[in-house]
Amino acid sequence: MKLFAPIAALCLLAAASSAQAADPNLGRNLAATCANCHGTNGNAVKGAGIDALSGMPKDKTLQKLADFKSGDKPASIMHQIAKGYTDEQLDLIATYFAAQK
Amino acid sequence: MLMKRRDFLKVGAAASAMASLYGCAGGGKASGHVVVVGGGYGGATVAKYLRMWSEGGVQVTLIERNPSFISCPISNLVIGGQKTMEDITVSYDGLKSKWGVRVIQDEVAAVNAEKKTISLKSGSSLSYDRLVLSPGVDFMWDEIPALKSADAQGKILHAWKAGPQTVALRKQLEDLKDGGTYAISIPKAPYRCPPGPYERACLVANYFKQSKPKSKVVILDANEDVMSKKGLFTKAWSDLYKGIIEYRNNSEVKDVEVASNTAILEFDKFKADVLNIIPPHRAGDIAHKSGIKLINNRWVDVNWLSMESTSTPGIHILGDAIFPAPTMPKSGHMANQHGKLAAAAILNQLAGHEPNPNPVVMNTCYSFVDSKNVIHVSSVHQYDAATKTVQPVKGAGGVSAARNELEGKVALGWAKNIWADMLA
Ligand SMILES: Cc1cc2nc3c(=O)[nH]c(=O)nc-3n(C[C@H](O)[C@H](O)[C@H](O)COP(=O)(O)OP(=O)(O)OC[C@H]3O[C@@H](n4cnc5c(N)ncnc54)[C@H](O)[C@@H]3O)c2cc1C
Ligand code: HEC
Repeated sequence: MKLFAPIAALCLLAAASSAQAADPNLGRNLAATCANCHGTNGNAVKGAGIDALSGMPKDKTLQKLADFKSGDKPASIMHQIAKGYTDEQLDLIATYFAAQK
Repeated sequence: MLMKRRDFLKVGAAASAMASLYGCAGGGKASGHVVVVGGGYGGATVAKYLRMWSEGGVQVTLIERNPSFISCPISNLVIGGQKTMEDITVSYDGLKSKWGVRVIQDEVAAVNAEKKTISLKSGSSLSYDRLVLSPGVDFMWDEIPALKSADAQGKILHAWKAGPQTVALRKQLEDLKDGGTYAISIPKAPYRCPPGPYERACLVANYFKQSKPKSKVVILDANEDVMSKKGLFTKAWSDLYKGIIEYRNNSEVKDVEVASNTAILEFDKFKADVLNIIPPHRAGDIAHKSGIKLINNRWVDVNWLSMESTSTPGIHILGDAIFPAPTMPKSGHMANQHGKLAAAAILNQLAGHEPNPNPVVMNTCYSFVDSKNVIHVSSVHQYDAATKTVQPVKGAGGVSAARNELEGKVALGWAKNIWADMLA
């Protein structure tokens, strides 16, 4: 068993450094909560009138979300949705969408 | 010293158990067979996401009794005359050909949790590593005794499951003579789609206003008050449908007189030309009778980290069938979110890891108040370890500022995107 102590320690470290990062697929899971409107992996249905998020640079997505949160960017619904997620969660979501084709 | 293969396996299992203990994934890949019962908002979503996220590593069989998916959301527009059944019907071909889900058109008759098998009405049976039930709701006909017979149910409709009843209700409204009355009854909460009955009342009133202006809509609500988007609905009723829609609270329907289309209330009776009764409902039969723990003998009790039954590990329940978390509505949007939460948890579990300890789900319900104008309600729910449930985030979510045409377009866009998210 001794052999595996370092692995466990490593895991503990990862878990302790950020509770949010405990699941390696957290970004994927969080981004999937947006897919009902913005499409699977951010690939919105073309012509359906809601913006795609796939491939959007991370900074751009985060800026828009921050502007929704603050009210700087007028919205029908995104101000209400953005306020439901922490900044760390929005960071993970924006990272995930930026990596999608 | 070289390890013997047997020892190697033992050590491997210990390492993976340890990794899962510490919530540290890596290594183990998910494999196995998941059977999903019900190809609606919850079931279709979990089937697709299991295949997509496992990159085909997990086998998925979906059992659905209907040949294609028919959406309840947007079905009130079929009843109102703006849309057709074709507009709300989507095939299961995308799940089969694009995602490799095995789709079987059949009905699941029984679940054997001990043997991990299900039996189908056609006679065959299937075994599973994990089972997902997303059967929606079934009606408690005992609560409206005269509606127990198939004949009565063919005359006094619910149209609360989209399909032949949707078409039949539209037909009854078309056949109604001008000056007639349409009454819709709403059961006590919780029921499927809190704003749905009020949306339907608006769209029927919109039809009457245009085609049968002397006709009336009466809402018989068993609840004390309007259950969703109250300010926005009541404003639509007074601005758009004055003299057409009448709202009656505390008006629980106890029974009906089928021959005369009469609703029997506690102290009163109400006769309508078209009587649309939404009976009280509970978890769909297959979930209700499979021996898993229910709350109030109606809804399935679930663990919010995995959507698993609290009494029967290995069986995950989604959508309308579950006992909801605080302020969580029974909606298609939410059932889709349950599907993703469950897919992520199941893949972790099949790989020997714990489910994600921080799940988040969110909801939006759009309602049409006429053919173009829409109002929404939204909420975000984050897992709270102290209460072991998902709790609505304070300060997030809310309703539309006012009914508007822009959201009329977004609502139809939402439908296209969520149908693709489940089925394409
Ligand atoms: C008029 C109306 C309007 C609505 N509008 C909205 C809206 O705008 N937005 C929104 O988010 N929600 C809306 N809803 C609510 C939404 O339809 C439900 O919340 C959603 O369908 C729940 O998903 P589910 O997977 O639990 O059940 P369902 O989508 O009902 O799926 C259950 C499936 O399981 C199948 N099934 C059941 N038992 C078996 C069995 N034993 N064997 C095989 N198959 C079986 C059924 O045939 C069905 O296809 C509306 C509902 C109604 C009635
Ligand atoms: C209920 C539907 C819905 C959901 C769910 C939803 N959005 Fe949106 N989103 C919209 C709409 C509609 C707009 C346009 C702005 C508005 O009216 O609110 C939008 C706009 C955006 C934009 C700006 C796009 C651009 O190009 O300007 C971003 C970024 C965004 N959403 C991110 C997200 C993220 C991240 C999530 C999940 C946490 C999410 N959305 C969930 C409906 C939705």
